[in-house]
Amino acid sequence: MRVALFVTCINDLLQPRTGRAVVTLLERLGVEVGFPEEQSCCGQPQFNTGYRHATEPLVRRFDRAFREYDYVVTPSGSCAAMVRDNYPRIGAKAAAEGRGRELAEAAALAVPKTYELTEFLVDVLKVEDVGAYYPHTVTYHPTCHGLRMLGLGDRPLRLLRHVKGLELRELPGAEECCGFGGTFAVKNPAVSVAMGADKVRHVLGTGAEAVCTVDNSCLLHIGGLLTRQGAAVRPVHIAEILAGTEAGTEERPTTDRAEGGPPTDRSARGTGTGDSGRGTEGGGR
Amino acid sequence: MTGTYLGMPAFPRAAAGSTRDARLRANLTHATHTIRDKRARAVAELDDWAQLRAAGAAVKDRTLLRLDRYLEQLEAAVVAAGGRVHWAADAAEANRIVTELVRETGEREVVKVKSMATQEIGLNEALEQAGIRAYETDLAELIVQLGEDLPSHILVPAIHRNRAEIRDIFRREMGRWGRPAPEGLSDAPAELAEAARLHLREKFLAAKVGISGANFMVAETGTLVVVESEGNGRMCLTLPETLISVVGIEKVVPTWQDLEIFLQLLPRSSTAERMNPYTSTWTGTVDGDGPRTFHLVLLDNGRTDTLADSVGRQALRCIRCSACLNVCPVYERAGGHAYGSPYPGPIGAILTPQLRGLAGPLEESLPYASSLCGACYEVCPVAIDIPEVLVHLRERVVEGGPGVRRGARVVLKPAKGHAAERAAMRAAAWAFDHPGVLRRGMRLAARTRGLHPRRLPGPGRAWSQDRDLPVVPPESFRDWWRRTRGGSSGQPSRGEGDAG
Repeated sequence: MRVALFVTCINDLLQPRTGRAVVTLLERLGVEVGFPEEQSCCGQPQFNTGYRHATEPLVRRFDRAFREYDYVVTPSGSCAAMVRDNYPRIGAKAAAEGRGRELAEAAALAVPKTYELTEFLVDVLKVEDVGAYYPHTVTYHPTCHGLRMLGLGDRPLRLLRHVKGLELRELPGAEECCGFGGTFAVKNPAVSVAMGADKVRHVLGTGAEAVCTVDNSCLLHIGGLLTRQGAAVRPVHIAEILAGTEAGTEERPTTDRAEGGPPTDRSARGTGTGDSGRGTEGGGR
Repeated sequence: MTGTYLGMPAFPRAAAGSTRDARLRANLTHATHTIRDKRARAVAELDDWAQLRAAGAAVKDRTLLRLDRYLEQLEAAVVAAGGRVHWAADAAEANRIVTELVRETGEREVVKVKSMATQEIGLNEALEQAGIRAYETDLAELIVQLGEDLPSHILVPAIHRNRAEIRDIFRREMGRWGRPAPEGLSDAPAELAEAARLHLREKFLAAKVGISGANFMVAETGTLVVVESEGNGRMCLTLPETLISVVGIEKVVPTWQDLEIFLQLLPRSSTAERMNPYTSTWTGTVDGDGPRTFHLVLLDNGRTDTLADSVGRQALRCIRCSACLNVCPVYERAGGHAYGSPYPGPIGAILTPQLRGLAGPLEESLPYASSLCGACYEVCPVAIDIPEVLVHLRERVVEGGPGVRRGARVVLKPAKGHAAERAAMRAAAWAFDHPGVLRRGMRLAARTRGLHPRRLPGPGRAWSQDRDLPVVPPESFRDWWRRTRGGSSGQPSRGEGDAG
C-alpha cells in the first residue's frame, strides 16, 4: 500500500505541526508515508473565487505528484472535497470547452484515491482506537466540507471517543458553518465575523479546553476570533489529538499556534513557544 | 406605496448593516430556527424523501429540456377550457398586458394572491402608475404593503417584523386603506389575525378582478395550481369575475402524476406541514362557478436565458419553498433585504444574477454572498446544487465568458473591480505551480515572522479587524520533511520535482 501525505498549502506554511502529527500517527499505525515534494495547493481558493482556469495547472500538478500512490491522505476536509467534488467538474468543463480529456483523466485518477484523514483511518485502515492519549476536554466542530460534501458522519467522533483521557463536550449548533468560507471571510467580513462570533459563543459555552476540527482553515478563523477575544480555548486539529500518546511527551501540546497548550499561556503569542515542537515529532517511529 | 429594489447597494454593505441591527437579528434567528427544526421533523417522517427529491429534480429537468413543447400543450389546453393566454418576454411586457387587461374591465381595484412572479416584475407599482390599486391579501404581504416595506422572505415576507411591530403597522395604516384596526388591538396573534380578516373581508367581497401567480401549471389539462395556508387565495381565485394569473414559464409540469410529487415535496419543505391547508386548482372557466374570464400571462423575464446555461439552469427547478433561506447562516444574519430582490437567500443569490444578468454591482456581489457551507443544497427538495451554481457564477463575474441575454448569444466581459484580486489569484496559482518559488516564499515568511504585524492595513483589514492573524511557524512542513527525511519523498522513489 503506497500512501502519500497531501499536507495542503495552509498546513505546510502555517500549521506544519498538523502534517507532522499525521506522519507520526500513520507511522505508529504501521503505514509508510511518502511526501512527494511536487505537491502544492489543491486550488480551492482560486476555484471557489471563480478562477477555474488558474486552478487547472494545480489539478495537473496533483496528478503528477500523486500518480504513483494508491492512497492520498490529507488532514483537510475541504481540500479533500475540492479534489473529489471539483476536480471532475474542472475536467468536464475543460472537455466541454474542447480542450481535451487530460484534466478529466487526471481527476478520474485523483478522486478514488483521495481520502480525508479520518476517512482513511476508519474506512481503509479499519481502526477507531488509534492508541491516542489526550487528557483534556474537547469540543468537536464538524466543518461544512467534512459534514456535507464528504459525508464524514460520526467518523471523527468515533475516533475521538477512543482517545484515552479525552472528555468530549457536545457543541450546540455544531452543524452550522463557522463563517470562514475562504475568500468569503474577506469579501463579506461582517457576516463572516457574525457567524464566527456565534460559533465561538457556543464553543465557550461548552467549557472545553480545546475546539477540534478536521480542517485548519476553519480553525484559523475560529482561533483568530478566540485569541482576539482573549479566550483561553485552544484550536486543535484532530490529527494532533490522535497523534498524542501517553509515552510520547513530544506531543505535549505546546505548539506552533498562537496559543500554548491548555490550560493555556496566552502571552506566548507569536514568539518563543513556536520552536518547542520543532524536530521532536516523529518519535513514535 | 411599496419600496423599491432599484439602486440597492451591493450585498456586503447591506448585509453589514443588518448584522448590527439587534432586533432584526433576533427576529430572524427565532423565525428561521423554528421553521428549520419543524421542516427537519416533517421531512424525517417520510422514508422515501430521497427518492421523492430525485424524482422532483428529474421531472423538472425533463420538462425544462422540452419546455417549448409543454408550454404549447399548456396553452392549447387553457384555450380549449375557455381561458386566454398571453406571452410576456419581460417584466415591462407582462406589466403592460396585465394593466391593459384590468383597464378593459373598467375596475380601479384588484385583489391579489401572494405571488413571487408579480413581485419580481413590480406589478403593483406598474398598476399604481396606471391608477389601479392592488390589495395584497396574504397576511404577511398585507403587513409588508401596509408598512410600505419590502418582502424579505419567500414564504413569510414579513419575517423581519415581530408582533409588536405588526400591531403598530395595523393600528397606523389599516384605516387609510379600508376598515381600520379594532380599538385597543394588542399584539396577540389571534387578535392580529382577526384584524386582518376583517380588513380583508371587505376587499374580497368588493373585488371584481383577482390577480394571482401559480405554484404549478399542469400541461396535459391546462390546470393551474395554488397552494396556500390562509384561504385568502381561495377567495381571490373564486370570488372575482375576472382572474389574471402571471406565471413564470418554468412552473409547468407535464401531468397530474408529476404534480403528485411536488404536492408532497413543497408543503413539508416550505411550512413543514404534511399537507397545506388549501390547494386550489382551476382549468379555464366554468359557467356559473368562479371567474367568468381567465387570463394566463406566461412570463419569461430571463428564464430562457437562464435555461441556456447548462450549469445555471438547475435554478429553474426551484419551487419557491424557501427551505434554503431557513437553513442559511448568511441569510439569518444578513436578512432578506440585503439580496436586493424578491428572491433572497441562497436561491436568490443564484436566481437574481441569472434572471437579471450580471447587470450591476448588486448582481455581481450576490454569487459571493455565501460561505459555500452547503446547507441549502442539503435541504433543497429539488436538489439544486446551489454552491455549484454560485461558484459557476463567480467565474462569470471574474472571467466573463459565454452567455445568453434576451435570447442572443453574447460574450460577457469580466466585471470591474476584480483586477487586483485576479492578479493575486494568478500569481498565487503560478507560485503554487512552482514549488521552488513556494519553498523560498515560505522560508521568507518564516524568517520574517517576528516582523509580521498583528493587524493588516488595506484589504487585509477585512480579516484582521476582528480576527488575529495566524502566526507563521519557524519551519514549513516541507522543510521539516527535507531536514528529517533527507529530501526523500518516501516510497515510491521519485525525483525531487522541484521545478521552481
